Amino acid sequence: MRGEVLMPGAARGPLLKLGAPISFWGGVDAASGTIIDVRHPDHGRCVAGTILALPGTIGSSSSSSVILELIHKGCAPAALILAVPDAILLLGLVVAVQMGWPSLPALSLNESDFARLGEGSYILGLDGRVEWEKASYG
Amino acid sequence: MANLSDDERAIASGVHPDANAGAAMAMRIVAESARLLGAPHLIPIASAHIDGCLYHGDSGTLFAERLVADGARVRVTATLNVGALDLIRARNVRLDGTKRAMALRLMRAYEAMGCAPTWTCAPYQAGHRPAAGTDVAWGESNAVAFCNSVLGARTNRYGDFLDIACAIAGRAPYCGLHVAGNRQATFVIDVRGLSAGLRDADVFYPAFGAWFGREAGADIAVIEGLEGFATEDRLKAFGAAAASSGAVALFHVAGVTPEAADAHAALGGLPPQRRIVVTAAMLASARAGLSTTEAEAIDAVAIGSPHLSEPEFAALEQLLGGRRLKIPFYACTGRHVGRVLAAEGRAVRLEMQGVTIICDTCVVVTPILRDFAGVLMTNSGKFAHYAPGNTGYSVQYGSLADCVESAVTGRLARAEALWQ
Repeated sequence: MRGEVLMPGAARGPLLKLGAPISFWGGVDAASGTIIDVRHPDHGRCVAGTILALPGTIGSSSSSSVILELIHKGCAPAALILAVPDAILLLGLVVAVQMGWPSLPALSLNESDFARLGEGSYILGLDGRVEWEKASYG
Repeated sequence: MANLSDDERAIASGVHPDANAGAAMAMRIVAESARLLGAPHLIPIASAHIDGCLYHGDSGTLFAERLVADGARVRVTATLNVGALDLIRARNVRLDGTKRAMALRLMRAYEAMGCAPTWTCAPYQAGHRPAAGTDVAWGESNAVAFCNSVLGARTNRYGDFLDIACAIAGRAPYCGLHVAGNRQATFVIDVRGLSAGLRDADVFYPAFGAWFGREAGADIAVIEGLEGFATEDRLKAFGAAAASSGAVALFHVAGVTPEAADAHAALGGLPPQRRIVVTAAMLASARAGLSTTEAEAIDAVAIGSPHLSEPEFAALEQLLGGRRLKIPFYACTGRHVGRVLAAEGRAVRLEMQGVTIICDTCVVVTPILRDFAGVLMTNSGKFAHYAPGNTGYSVQYGSLADCVESAVTGRLARAEALWQ
């Protein structure tokens, strides 16, 4: 499948597809990438190094700060796949680029492709390609 | 790619004679956001409310200091949201050495860019009230909801960094809620079947807001049945809860908010896509969802998200009736109210009764609560939403009166009759 490139780049990593929309601020620990929202179905999992597939983002307008901090600390996801493009989150990536820090790619997938994302490791190409690589990572 | 004017392009590329490197970086961030948002061009803005001044880690400080070093100054009125420190009473916040220093550097950097040191999440009660129909760039989810819905000014949900970038550029991407045609309600929420007693109770609004946020997501609704009940502070509490549980940036209240003379007007004359009749049972479950524990021993109470207004402090004083509280009780507000309380001698009386007045910040954004676990009672839907993740405390939700009564004894005291 192929997504629309929001922020360019290539990536590879295990998919973490969240079971519900999340607010990065108050939902993800900025120092580690762990999901700390106790009401979230993926509470306790860690977004660092993952191809993070987000069904949606909610809540705080500080989520861009959290993702920038994750980038600065080296515990950001390897890439973002968004079902619904969200400028607040992507802004963290825009600022990382402006600061000259290593950012991460982001793309959006249409609803049916997003639904087809399953367990396993994926490769994201520069052209927005999303390819299933293997059943599990490592 | 958004179409930039010649001036905007010159600023972004750093060749404009009047624009420094900070202005250039800000314009590039605004332009990149316009691209990501699919905005055709930029528009001038009248003001900004900046949320990026809260410390989340060193990256935000480094970004703000880069802008300062590059000479950036805001071109429009820009108020500041909460920081991570109480600059009035430093000891209220237990942030440790390096983090404390970085949080202070961050706050000073935003001041250095010409932002007004309001340090409040309720700028609309601190004199920053843009006129209906004007375009502004506001951050902080509750302030965005209030600005759009109650003031009728036009803003999208500006994330950290874009808020200050817009304030420096004096421009914002033209899209979303800046476009008049995108501000109409698509569905109706009908609360007319709920008892007048419930609709006239402050405690109803955060619970209703939490339910509403989950139901609406980012869609725009018009609410029918709050005329005569929806005061400004209730709409503030409702919007904050709705913007925590959903991506609510605009709601209409028929007969109350400026773009909803009635439901028909809010819907732009079109038939609603759906109509939801809210029942007491739906609300009971939303209200239950605000609490995360059944424990009855309460360790602390926190109120003031959004920051308390002066009338809310008056209500607190009346409920206290001169009694002393047994457990820590944090009342969060802006210095615009803190100043009044201090000048009138009320701050001293409240402190003697056991109320800790927090200015410039609040209990879910920085370490203020004494321990990392316990039971926090609150009347705020936003505190209820964020306290478990950000403080480690579990939550009991109740009215302001419930909070005061519980703080007098340290045991949960909650009136249930309204919800039956």
